[in-house]
Amino acid sequence: MLDSILFYFFAGIAVIGAALVVTSRNAIHSAVFLITTLLATAGIFLQLRAEFLFIAQIILYVGGIMVLFIFVIMLVRLDVPLHRLRFRMKSLVVIAVIAVLGAEAGAIIYLARKLPGQGLFIQNMAPPDKLAPNSEKLAESLFSGYLLPFEIASVLLLVAMVGAVVMAKNKKRTEEES
Amino acid sequence: MNPTLQGMLQFLQTWWVELTCGVVIVAVVPLVAGYVVLVERKLMADMQARLGPMRVGPHGLLQPIADAVKLLIKEDIIPVESDKLIFWLAPCISMVAALTSMGAIAFGPTFQVARDINIGILFVLGVSSLGFLGIILGGWASNSHYSILGALRSTAQLVSYETAGGLAVISGLLLSGTLSIRGIVAAQENQHVWFIFLAPVAAFIYLVASIAETNRAPFDLPEAESELVAGYMTEYSGFRWALYFLGEYANMIVVGSIATTLFLGGWLRPFPNWKGSGLIRSDIVEVGWNLVPAAFIGLVGVYCIYRAGKQPAKVQTAFMWAVALACFAVAAVYAIPALLVVLNVGGLAGSLSATVLPGLNGAFWFLLKVSGYIYVFMWLRFTLPRYRFDQLMHLGWYILIPLAIVNVFAVGVAMLLEANGVNRWLSMILTIIVVLVSAIFLVRWHDQRTESASSASLAPDSYAG
Repeated sequence: MLDSILFYFFAGIAVIGAALVVTSRNAIHSAVFLITTLLATAGIFLQLRAEFLFIAQIILYVGGIMVLFIFVIMLVRLDVPLHRLRFRMKSLVVIAVIAVLGAEAGAIIYLARKLPGQGLFIQNMAPPDKLAPNSEKLAESLFSGYLLPFEIASVLLLVAMVGAVVMAKNKKRTEEES
Repeated sequence: MNPTLQGMLQFLQTWWVELTCGVVIVAVVPLVAGYVVLVERKLMADMQARLGPMRVGPHGLLQPIADAVKLLIKEDIIPVESDKLIFWLAPCISMVAALTSMGAIAFGPTFQVARDINIGILFVLGVSSLGFLGIILGGWASNSHYSILGALRSTAQLVSYETAGGLAVISGLLLSGTLSIRGIVAAQENQHVWFIFLAPVAAFIYLVASIAETNRAPFDLPEAESELVAGYMTEYSGFRWALYFLGEYANMIVVGSIATTLFLGGWLRPFPNWKGSGLIRSDIVEVGWNLVPAAFIGLVGVYCIYRAGKQPAKVQTAFMWAVALACFAVAAVYAIPALLVVLNVGGLAGSLSATVLPGLNGAFWFLLKVSGYIYVFMWLRFTLPRYRFDQLMHLGWYILIPLAIVNVFAVGVAMLLEANGVNRWLSMILTIIVVLVSAIFLVRWHDQRTESASSASLAPDSYAG
């Protein structure tokens, strides 16, 4: 009872927030609604007893990425309201996106109806004690089973970071030269 | 009985401790923040050879309440050109983030809102860092140059110092081996040492980073009044301003609690494992420690009575007596269960006091340590001059972050050595020497860099704007 109330609460906030991200005309408002959506999603993660995912979502997305988003929006000062930015074949893109999303939703609903009990939605829930030390379990699998992919991902991020620094340095140098 | 009512009753029965703790935190934190401000003003006055607030109540004891009333009835101004929605929302974000993160802090072995979550310390760190969304949004929504500059500075500062602070926390977490707040305190109890003695460098880095994260002097660039009027709060007044202010002081309590939990042994009293030896029997040691909180609070009451005779007006004398009586009442709350446990009274009273006593004592020691931490904040505020913004950034990026990374490695190596049979203190001292030597090199390298830069007379750092 409480579980389903909480789920619909978080899910509702996430969906409404997501809709408002797209419809609001002010970039900062969009960012704030995106934060709301991310927090609501974090709430759903917590309800699924994935507490590490919950806090990673909050620290990384809300505390890190969104702050940088807002920072950039503030510095760039989008004086042109976004709805004035038009591009060609807009309606075509919209129709394509709606068609793909609709097909996806239809497929999910159809499959879930077709295979009751073993469909896409209904899985047996893992008992809480199986997931209990969530961060430890995650660390174990990251640093033993999936060590190589983990290292590759971190090297990739490092490369991106070094690349960003190099690009920034180059730009500064050319500015000084000119 | 009506099933809905029954459900609600059941809900209350399961969650009443958490609900009560939550309500207590929300109700008490604003009051505590007010009195922290009073202590800060008195301390500042003392260090500058002044008296500080003296008018409202004896020694200004009612000043926070007067301030609160003033803020509540002040005109609430929303600038015409501002973004109303965000302007309204931003202070709430700051305040809510600070209060929510308090939910996971254990103020004692029993006093905690959230049942011991497995990611406790991450939750506190992550949620309290959401507070600066409030700062940056408020600065933007005010539509004023001072505000937006303050907000930009504050974001840059927070992002930089959060990294250093997070790495310092990781050093402590390596030693404890768990993320749960109770687990961290239990680890310090089992290892017979507070982690500040094992990882003093990490504790120091966390201290510096936490001052920067709470935007306090010497790192209060976001609200430097000589440059930016009041930074991101410039356009705020009345109750919204008060919310920002409360959020800031609540954040101080939060970082103090993190430091206390991680480095100062949480709610443990000093020497929790020393049970007495030889002539000093263990039960006497226990009783002595149990009576320390009561004695401490009682002494404050005695001091109030001593000061009561020196008040200029009768009202103020009476008020001091009232304060003294309140102190004695709290001391009695602490002393009675301790004495009941000593006298080994059976029955309901005895068992109740045996269950209540650890929580009471724990809360006392925890709050004492947090107050000490905040007191250090105030000392530093009145002692050190404000940094320049590029100096602040250099300190964070060139010195603190590399030092914190070195420290994480060094603590890891020390734990490895200890696991291989080297004496624990020897390995820890070795790591501290390594880290300090690298700190000296970092500082010298940085000095040389800045010297060569200034001799080349480059333009000042572009972030300084």
